[in-house]
Amino acid sequence: MTRLLLSLVLTLVAFGARAELVIEITQGVDNPTAIAVSPFDWQNGGAAPEDVAMVIQGDLARSGQFAPVDRKDMLGRPSTEKEVFYRDWRAISAEYLLIGRVSGTEQMKIEYELFDVNRQTKVFNGTETGPASEARMLAHRVSDAIYEKLTGIPGAFATRLLYVSVTRNPAGKDYYRLTLADSDGARPIVLLESREPILAPAWSPDGKEIAYVSFETSRPAIFRQNLATGAREQLTNFQGLNSSPAWSPDGGTMAMVLSKDGSPDIYLMDLASKRLTRVTRHYAIDTEPTWMPDGKSLLFTSDRGGRPQIYRYDLRSGTTERVTYEGAYNARARVAQDGRNVVVVHQSNGRFHIAIHDLVTNRLQVLTSTELDESPSIAPNGSMVLYATKSGDRGILAAVSVDGGVKFRLPAREGDVREPAWSPYMSR
Amino acid sequence: MKQFTVAGKALTLLFTAAFLVACSSSDTKEDEDAAARAAAAAAAAEEAQRAAAAQAEAEQRRLQDAVASVGNVFYFEFDSSNLTPDAQRSVDAHIALLKTNDKTIRLEGHTDERGTRDYNMALGERRANSVRDYMVANGVASYRIETVSYGEEQPVAYGSGESNWSQNRRVELK
Repeated sequence: MTRLLLSLVLTLVAFGARAELVIEITQGVDNPTAIAVSPFDWQNGGAAPEDVAMVIQGDLARSGQFAPVDRKDMLGRPSTEKEVFYRDWRAISAEYLLIGRVSGTEQMKIEYELFDVNRQTKVFNGTETGPASEARMLAHRVSDAIYEKLTGIPGAFATRLLYVSVTRNPAGKDYYRLTLADSDGARPIVLLESREPILAPAWSPDGKEIAYVSFETSRPAIFRQNLATGAREQLTNFQGLNSSPAWSPDGGTMAMVLSKDGSPDIYLMDLASKRLTRVTRHYAIDTEPTWMPDGKSLLFTSDRGGRPQIYRYDLRSGTTERVTYEGAYNARARVAQDGRNVVVVHQSNGRFHIAIHDLVTNRLQVLTSTELDESPSIAPNGSMVLYATKSGDRGILAAVSVDGGVKFRLPAREGDVREPAWSPYMSR
Repeated sequence: MKQFTVAGKALTLLFTAAFLVACSSSDTKEDEDAAARAAAAAAAAEEAQRAAAAQAEAEQRRLQDAVASVGNVFYFEFDSSNLTPDAQRSVDAHIALLKTNDKTIRLEGHTDERGTRDYNMALGERRANSVRDYMVANGVASYRIETVSYGEEQPVAYGSGESNWSQNRRVELK
């Protein structure tokens, strides 16, 4: 019986691993802050359900701005303030030390304290509580707090990712999966599986719903899906293109691309009444709408000038202005919450890179050196850009910081991954 | 269509012959002559019908062979939805066959992997529409044609480089 159970567990793990991402940090900042995260003390006896300290350590390492100390180099494993001996941490050149305690079975409580080793002072302490089933998310919240304390920028670890993975089937149709995972790639959940393409996953501003395009009816259609209830609604079924769903910041409207009236144009759908308003009216390709954070204008891609470039449509005045001029191809804009940094797919020398366009200075900076880069998605704190690229002939996800200094890759254990969509901050 | 016209003529002849027989006088000799004439006419009509059917069948086979030799896939240049001369010749073969039947078809537009997915979705539609518009301009009713774009989602060649990309920039007729 034990053996049977074990093999069942292994099968489940193997199945779950299909769409799972592996994180490989390829480049960090020049002088990352050395931080030691001592294993948190599990106060309920038995084995801890989750290695909370390891989750936090992984988050800080992935940011590229921290160099966590290896556990085996630690000279002690304090979990309370009186067990902290600064000399043990100075000896291994740790600048900061994080300790903590975890308790509770149904409701979990994480208490943590952060120490400045050089100044020999406690700089911060805090508590996170929530369902034990969300232990990893609680750990990510601790990471967010530590990150903000030490960098001045709110963390974006307690967030989630959507992505599409594809398993090729040489004998027939491929398998497409829409997957939801934590920001570190852990706990992947397959939301939709299909033999027809799935693409363009997008988040609602409250992080409770998603939208995507599925070809399951043998034509493209836009769907919305509630993450908690699983309730799904088909929003469109028009002749021609039904693509690029983008939720407005107030959650009430969805921008989308339809070609029912001839050529691809941007439309707005009022989600309550399902009433459509046509935004662009041009024989060229108008596509990939995205909202400015204030909801007053949209950025979109258009080849009305001959080649794809980013344009901005002002909803109040109804005017359109061209935004990007640098290079022959700039497409699929996504805007940071500051309303200033715009990430785009930029072509130079025949290669496709992720670039960042500053709406204030109108300067464009190329961030990546890989090629065939696409689908940039910006973290809610504006620090990192997740995008899709190729490694050999496999599709993988990769991330780069907005200053280009930090890079990591997230290949899947199996198959191709593409179209990452970083969630907004999740309401608790 | 040609086949039906010939068959129609043969039928008319047949009816005329029968009518003549029915209306003829009671003279036996005349009756026999009329019957012989009618039988000959009927045989001729049948022969004509057979010949026409054979001809139509041969023509149909020729059109089908032409379609089979050009295939169901039309290829495009990078970032272009214009029919190349090669693609146009292929589509011409399909148009000739489509004019002999009333089948409905589906044109699926595809792109290579370069560029963004949603822009490619639009480009794939442009390619499918380009084939559709050419067919409609050459006499295929538009209601018989459904177009759908898959963008870069369904490559036939998975690798990178022009040798793979050129196979993926296509419209498939189904």
